[in-house]
Amino acid sequence: MTLIETILAAVGGTVAMAVFGIVAGLFFLGVDRKFAALMQARIGPPLRQPFIDAAKLMRKENIVPENAIPWIFNGAPILALASAITILLYLPVGSIMPVLGGAGDLILVMYLLTIPALAMVVGGFASGSPYATVGAQREMVILIAYELPLAIAIIAIAWRLSMAGIADPFSLTTIAANPVWGVVGPVGAVGLLILLGILAWVTPAELSRIPFDAQEAETELAGGLLVEYSGKNFALFYLAQAVKTIVMAALAVALFLPWNLSSFVAMAPAVAVAADFVFFLAKVLLVVFFSISLIRVSMARFRINQIVSIYWVWLGLAGFVGLALVMIDAILAGV
Amino acid sequence: MSDDPQKKMTPYTVPIGPTHPALKEPVMFTFQMNGEQILKADFAPGQTHRGIEWMGMRRNPVQIVHLTDRICGICGVSHSLAFARAMEQIMEIEVPERADYVRTIIAEFERIQSHLLWAGVAAHELGFDTLLHLTWRVREQAMDTIELLTGNRVNYGIIQVGGVRRDFTPDQFPAIEETLQYYSDLKSKLLKIFLEDKTIQMRCRDCGVLSYDDALKLCTVGPTARASGLNMDVRVDYPFAAYGDLAIEPILPDAYMGETRGDVFDRIVVRLLEVDQSVDIIRQCLDRMPAGEVIAEPKLAKLLNQFKKAHGEALGRHEAPRGEVLHYVRMDGKEHPTSWKVKASSYSNLMSWIPMLEGEQIADIPIIVASIDPCLSCTDRVAVVRSGERGIMTKEELHRLSVEKTRRLSA
Repeated sequence: MTLIETILAAVGGTVAMAVFGIVAGLFFLGVDRKFAALMQARIGPPLRQPFIDAAKLMRKENIVPENAIPWIFNGAPILALASAITILLYLPVGSIMPVLGGAGDLILVMYLLTIPALAMVVGGFASGSPYATVGAQREMVILIAYELPLAIAIIAIAWRLSMAGIADPFSLTTIAANPVWGVVGPVGAVGLLILLGILAWVTPAELSRIPFDAQEAETELAGGLLVEYSGKNFALFYLAQAVKTIVMAALAVALFLPWNLSSFVAMAPAVAVAADFVFFLAKVLLVVFFSISLIRVSMARFRINQIVSIYWVWLGLAGFVGLALVMIDAILAGV
Repeated sequence: MSDDPQKKMTPYTVPIGPTHPALKEPVMFTFQMNGEQILKADFAPGQTHRGIEWMGMRRNPVQIVHLTDRICGICGVSHSLAFARAMEQIMEIEVPERADYVRTIIAEFERIQSHLLWAGVAAHELGFDTLLHLTWRVREQAMDTIELLTGNRVNYGIIQVGGVRRDFTPDQFPAIEETLQYYSDLKSKLLKIFLEDKTIQMRCRDCGVLSYDDALKLCTVGPTARASGLNMDVRVDYPFAAYGDLAIEPILPDAYMGETRGDVFDRIVVRLLEVDQSVDIIRQCLDRMPAGEVIAEPKLAKLLNQFKKAHGEALGRHEAPRGEVLHYVRMDGKEHPTSWKVKASSYSNLMSWIPMLEGEQIADIPIIVASIDPCLSCTDRVAVVRSGERGIMTKEELHRLSVEKTRRLSA
């Protein structure tokens, strides 16, 4: 491939992933709302409601408060959406390998995950509202809080793969190609289940959903760091939220549920890509249901100090237990 | 970072209100914050003054009864009952016994729907919307029964000076019984989902504590007072309507939890148990309900004529879902009252916000504010605005004004 072809492929892939991320993200936001509604014995909005919301917000007036710093205030939503789409470029979708798979690995994804959150923090601080300021402070605290359990979960898997003698264990292509469940023994499987649970609990914080939505806390901060955002800027944050939903689900799928249909059933290459894609969406649905909808309908919002102690103490400890089990498993397997 | 204290931005001020998602009605809070912690709390009510007393003093008591229905959107019968009792005392009207029972039954159904409404609001303030939807759904049963009995869901319009405007018909009793059974069956489920939920415990236990002494000193009433261990309930202490005939014990949290902490959780406990208590009271009423008339004076023209002859003053009280509601009425031989003063239960409870809020976190503001079940438009009786300015009245000024008014009234 010439350089031009490579660039064209990257650009085409980026555009395709951006469109996929936004459309699928909004769709899954709708699915989440429908799930939540059904669990709360309501009818709920139609599945296309997030599309309607986003389209409407795009047409609405974009107000920049007097106290705000306009260029940061307007720049933060773009940064949030762009960085969320960028993460998607490193994650496999079904049997479609990541667009930039060769250029970055899991560690990079972990760092990139903080950028949409940081964009929201910057936007919150730049809005010049006390609610947004408190929300931005909380977002930073939450960001620091869930980093440890998330890092443990990610590193444990890569480390186990490397112990199994698989080259380049941090590459998502490798992780997707070698389901970690096939590598570990029974002890490691228990450890992995714990780590899967941790990732499921980190997801709501990453996506600011109940019970970890202290940074937006509707009844406390009236929307927190998004309180001053309206119109197009708010729509961009909304789209970033949609893409982040897909990102977190795709990450969970890549790490813990990487199987593809085509690896079980023989089929034509074109059919295989389509089948794997549909299967991928089904797995995303599973993640969205368990780690977003189910959690958020079944509990109350935590206080910020409770969130920190849950992540650092309880989930951190659980993470170390999971990691220890995976290590014991590696030692047992190594004998 | 410099250590210069001038440059540090703490304490900083967070305004909440007059309108805010945490507040169901307008009130203005100002918080001095240190990070997430509340150092000092202050609030300014008086944002929803509607001039109801002013309207009332230009109307006759039959019209006022309908006005009292609309003082509160939830206590549709409490204000009417308190007002009617004040009028009945002035005019020395003997309310027929059956009317007393009808009043009691409606008042207790109102308590059921009000407490369930509150429980839903509290859950929503905690971010637990599933419970909001659940409690508001089960609340509908009480609303439907009230509609069946009075013809209205919200402003019941059933109280009249001297009795009630509608009697129960025999075909309504099975529906009442069905509703009572519905709530009896629901009791253990509601208690379980509210009191055994880990997240609710984490958010509400030892949060917004109001000590026994503070509750007493600040003259709190109703479930707010009882949750802090104050054994008080107008229904028991000064029985009225049919309450004197019934066996009622004030609900205190230690009876169920084994201890009284005076926190938000105890307020949930008290209100949920009172739902069950109301079911029990209605059952007792149904067992004892005598036959007979339901109104002392069915002819309105005659009643209106009696108002013109009435002289005197009286206090009407009722234990509303939020606590004691008090109506003071003075009649001076005219068709309309010379003076009418409404003290909604929230008026007594609002000041307890300050000790509850100070020292807590921002995250606790919504649930603590909601925990006294504030009813602000019922409370706002005064709004002093002079040349566009809203001044602050000191205690001395208020005292002087009230002495002046008393002199004026007794002149």
